[in-house]
Amino acid sequence: MLELITFSLINGVLYGMLLFMLSSGLTLIFSMMGVLNFAHASFYMLGAYFAYQISTFVGFWPALIIAPVLVAIVGAFVERYMLRHVHQHGHVAELLLTFGLVYLIDEIIHLVWGRMPVDYRIPEVLDFTLFSLFGIGFPAYRGFMFLVGVVMFVALYLVLTRTRVGLIVQASLSHPDMVDALGHNVPRIFTLVFALGTGLAGLAGVIAGNYLITEPGMGWAMGPIVFVVVVFGGLGSLTGALIASMIIGLVTTFAIGLNLSLADLFASLGLEITREAFMADLWFLELSRIGPILPYLLLVLMLIFRPRGLMGTRET
Amino acid sequence: MSEQSIKQTPAHIAPAPRLRLLRGAGIWIGALIVVLVLPMIFSSGHSVSMLTQMCSAIVFALSYNMLLGQGGMLSFGHAVFSGLGGFIAMHVLNAVNDGALVIPLELMPIVGGLGGLAFAIPFGWISTKRAGVTFAMISLGIAELVAASALMFTGFFGGESGISSNRVVDHTLFGFLGVSYGPSIEVYYLAGAWMLIATFAMYLLTLTPLGRMANAVRDNPERAQFVGYDPHLVRFLQFSLAGFFAGVAGGLTVINYEILTADALSAIASGTVLVMAFIGGIGFFFGPILGAILITYLQTSLSSFSEAWLMYFGLIFVGMVMYAPHGLAGIVMAHRPALRSGRAGKLLLSYLVAAVPTALLLVGLISLIEMGYHLSTAYMPEYPISLFGVEVNVTQLRYWLGAVAITAVGLAVFLWVMRLIRRAWHEVNAALGGERT
Repeated sequence: MLELITFSLINGVLYGMLLFMLSSGLTLIFSMMGVLNFAHASFYMLGAYFAYQISTFVGFWPALIIAPVLVAIVGAFVERYMLRHVHQHGHVAELLLTFGLVYLIDEIIHLVWGRMPVDYRIPEVLDFTLFSLFGIGFPAYRGFMFLVGVVMFVALYLVLTRTRVGLIVQASLSHPDMVDALGHNVPRIFTLVFALGTGLAGLAGVIAGNYLITEPGMGWAMGPIVFVVVVFGGLGSLTGALIASMIIGLVTTFAIGLNLSLADLFASLGLEITREAFMADLWFLELSRIGPILPYLLLVLMLIFRPRGLMGTRET
Repeated sequence: MSEQSIKQTPAHIAPAPRLRLLRGAGIWIGALIVVLVLPMIFSSGHSVSMLTQMCSAIVFALSYNMLLGQGGMLSFGHAVFSGLGGFIAMHVLNAVNDGALVIPLELMPIVGGLGGLAFAIPFGWISTKRAGVTFAMISLGIAELVAASALMFTGFFGGESGISSNRVVDHTLFGFLGVSYGPSIEVYYLAGAWMLIATFAMYLLTLTPLGRMANAVRDNPERAQFVGYDPHLVRFLQFSLAGFFAGVAGGLTVINYEILTADALSAIASGTVLVMAFIGGIGFFFGPILGAILITYLQTSLSSFSEAWLMYFGLIFVGMVMYAPHGLAGIVMAHRPALRSGRAGKLLLSYLVAAVPTALLLVGLISLIEMGYHLSTAYMPEYPISLFGVEVNVTQLRYWLGAVAITAVGLAVFLWVMRLIRRAWHEVNAALGGERT
């Protein structure tokens, strides 16, 4: 049991870190431009594929830098030439544009890299066991992922709260007209924030692509859950996004580790439920199978009872 | 969006009531004739099946527009209600087959509708408390919840293989006429009839106080509240009715295919109906009908024709969002003033001129995309493919250069012609504007 708890804890925090890397960019974009960037997970996928391609030429370490930058350039292009174009038609049009981008990026990836997973591997330098717990090795790469996540949070937090650029960005979030009047180019700040956000998603892709699998379905797998994190954590709150990522990471990981069902619970109370009972599907549903839907349940509950999320300052 | 609702609503600038009624009736009779005649023109089994699917897609897209277009509620989970309604209809149909229930087959869409309504009431109550992004996110959450539950409760949803049934039952309303609903043409007429009834009902709903208040709540919930209407209640009623009509569409799908899988309530199905409504044009009542017809056609024809169909789908969608945000209906309606005043000839001429470079551009683009897909996904890329009657070997550079050249020439001429069109457009509309003042 202790073993299970330890490993669930480690994996949960790690998964939460990955979620945070994705959602930090999204929450920036979302709070600033009001754009629910549906294609955020597609940029994450793009990051993984770029990193794979670059690492075949020059290895993993340059790819770690180049791939997110390339993704950020793509993001800047999307903002400048596509999103800004539909901005006048309102948020629904912007959202639908990013929705269409999901299909396009998916298909471009099919077109360039095919429909099969690509062989994007963990670099050999990090391919060793960091330490052993209960006789099971802990890969060094996981430690590296965790480290990157922490560095990203600290750097982002410092930039946003301690530098002049961050100050202007924060001001553009709440008072775009005033910032504009003070002589800052607000549309360019939008482009920069969008590029930064998509670049962060790209970085998450570089880090996660070789840990998980780099395949065309990885965007769809991550897409909706990132929204859950952003809304759950509260609009525009970096700390909220971090906490929400951790909660959702831990909840899903623990649920997968536990093979409990309502029938087991009743059995421990002395009530036997047979397979023929009314709604047997429900009673014998194991927690591990509910795991994937728990985040959405949390999302719906949060929106009903506290629509501004954990740390949000205003309603979505 | 709000601009159009203003255009749509006022009655005082429309022609005299009797004339309007006559013209209104004319449109519906025309639609009836089209529904009756279409399968005689497109009579192959495949087309009849596609036409039937279009009928249910039209109902589905129109019900979606009750939310997005009329109520301002952007839903990412509308397929939940068509899917759940469809599953209920499926189980009822199976019960009829077993002899446990006696319901004529013709009424199955109503059963589906009631099923959709039954789920729309609780889900709608919690999700319509707020509008905007909160509503959209709750709908996304509910959609994911239901889609995931579909894989857990295999008893009701049938798991991977889905649930199948038999639409030929003993009890039918028109059985005495020799109608068994075995042949697909009979099913088509049933779906067509239901499509017309549902469309008419949804159109009438837009004229009721509820339909009007839905528009008001969409545009300015605060003022609607000041006038004395509860925005939550208005949205809730609109949502429930949309769920009902989505269920009707689900029931029609059940009758058409006799099989239903969990895909019917997936996020992809919800996304498709959103695309249908938007491409058709959410600002006009008839917009989603155009979108449903186009997207269903693309899905059934293009997907068997080219493996790049999702790419075309994405390109069309992004192009529409960027350059025609009011959808196909918006494009059609923008030409109405010119048509009325008889100045459309000039525009038509410039369109005809534009058709040549547009065709050239499309040929170039399609060739590039098809060649790219063949090169990247085919087992033997050097095996030639046939594009527009030309045998193309995609491993040879000269074919690529040719395709790029066609695209470039097409694009250059296209951009030049677009300027001509824009000029003609401004001339015609300036003349119209001058007439009015």
